[in-house]
Amino acid sequence: MIIGESGSGKTTILKCMVGLNELDSGEVLYNGRNFYDLDFNGKKAIRKEIGMLFQGGALFDSKTVEENVVFPISMFTDQSESEKRDRANFCLQRVNLKNANKLYPSELSGGMKKRVAIARAIAVQPKYLFCDEPNSGLDPITSIVIDNLIKEITDEYEITTIVITHDMNSVIEIGDKIMFIYKGDNWWEGSKEEILKTENIEVCDFVYATKFMKNLRSKF
Amino acid sequence: MKRAFGKPEKLAIYRDRIFEEINLLGIGSLGIVAIISVFMGAVITLQSAFNFESPLIPVYAVGVAVRDSMILEFSPAIVSLILAGKVGSSIASEIGTMRVTEQVDALEIMGINSASYLIFPKIIASLLFNPVLIVFSMFLGVLGGYIFGVLTGVVTDYEFIYGITYDFRPYNVIYALIKSGVFAFIIASVPAYHGYYTQGGALEVGRSSTRGVVYSSVLILAFDLILTQLLLS
Repeated sequence: MIIGESGSGKTTILKCMVGLNELDSGEVLYNGRNFYDLDFNGKKAIRKEIGMLFQGGALFDSKTVEENVVFPISMFTDQSESEKRDRANFCLQRVNLKNANKLYPSELSGGMKKRVAIARAIAVQPKYLFCDEPNSGLDPITSIVIDNLIKEITDEYEITTIVITHDMNSVIEIGDKIMFIYKGDNWWEGSKEEILKTENIEVCDFVYATKFMKNLRSKF
Repeated sequence: MKRAFGKPEKLAIYRDRIFEEINLLGIGSLGIVAIISVFMGAVITLQSAFNFESPLIPVYAVGVAVRDSMILEFSPAIVSLILAGKVGSSIASEIGTMRVTEQVDALEIMGINSASYLIFPKIIASLLFNPVLIVFSMFLGVLGGYIFGVLTGVVTDYEFIYGITYDFRPYNVIYALIKSGVFAFIIASVPAYHGYYTQGGALEVGRSSTRGVVYSSVLILAFDLILTQLLLS
């Protein structure tokens, strides 16, 4: 998980990782291959292994829920129409979204949009899942549902998932390895157990910004 | 623009996209083109009849004026300017909204050449359907002129039909179709470019849309002049 204050550069890092932003310096390695050294086809091959959950869902407005999930399958496989629909329905059921196939994104709630976006991201069985603030704009209960879904999918499909968030509940709930970004730099790294005990001032200011977290710390 | 003409990922999907765009941009514009063309033809008829007061000018000249005005300028240029407003703002705002809501990024993440996927079918649809709209406009303009000319009594049906067939040059239609092809490319590509490079939010989408319409309109007028000089001189 990558955490940090708003404007610290979390989303920029994520966009660099998936090739949406140009790098000023450094490398982005996928299985030892530097993404930015690859030609268009090389990048395309890696992008087929990437699923991404955007902050606002980024569902295609002109397509229904089912068409949104079918879209990447159509682009990258030669499956028949019924096979594509079956796969889309499987993915939608996996994210606990039923009877929404014919709805358009404008007819969905924030949580439903996120679930459709997850279904679309896993439709072509990616190796890497990137999530940009999956809980933004969601109520606490829906946030937990989305967090758990991301965790389950990561374990079930054995994929590498990177989550950008500033929601400490998510960090405690599903965090494994945590990176704290401060003013664009990798300021701190560790596990969720370590982050609760760290003495790093900037990390503590961020992690224990709320009363709830301060109370939690007093228990350690 | 080079990326917009990149190799398509899947031809079948691009073919479907082209048909979608023809329906959206082309067939969706038939109504406005029909209304404008009929009224333009009618107004040219009435204005020509009003101005041809000299007994030395035969009445059938009204038909000639309507035919040549519609074919040479009004249908290819004026209708293209109207389409630049209607279709151009639609293209720029659609792609601009997709950009600011990260839908374009979503396409890129999937390994899809977003410029090609979004822009190429619009340009092809415009190139295929714009000439059809222009011919449709020519026909309806002349028909509008005929109906209103005869109904108001400024010209008889025999004189009007004689006028529109008098000294007809097929090359004029070819000239109009060449112009409409060039304008079709401008109508689709310029607003698409401005939409694709939108940055920011809803306000910037509006600005991109305005820029797309203004630049494509100015380019249409500039190329109208250039092509007229090249093809008719």
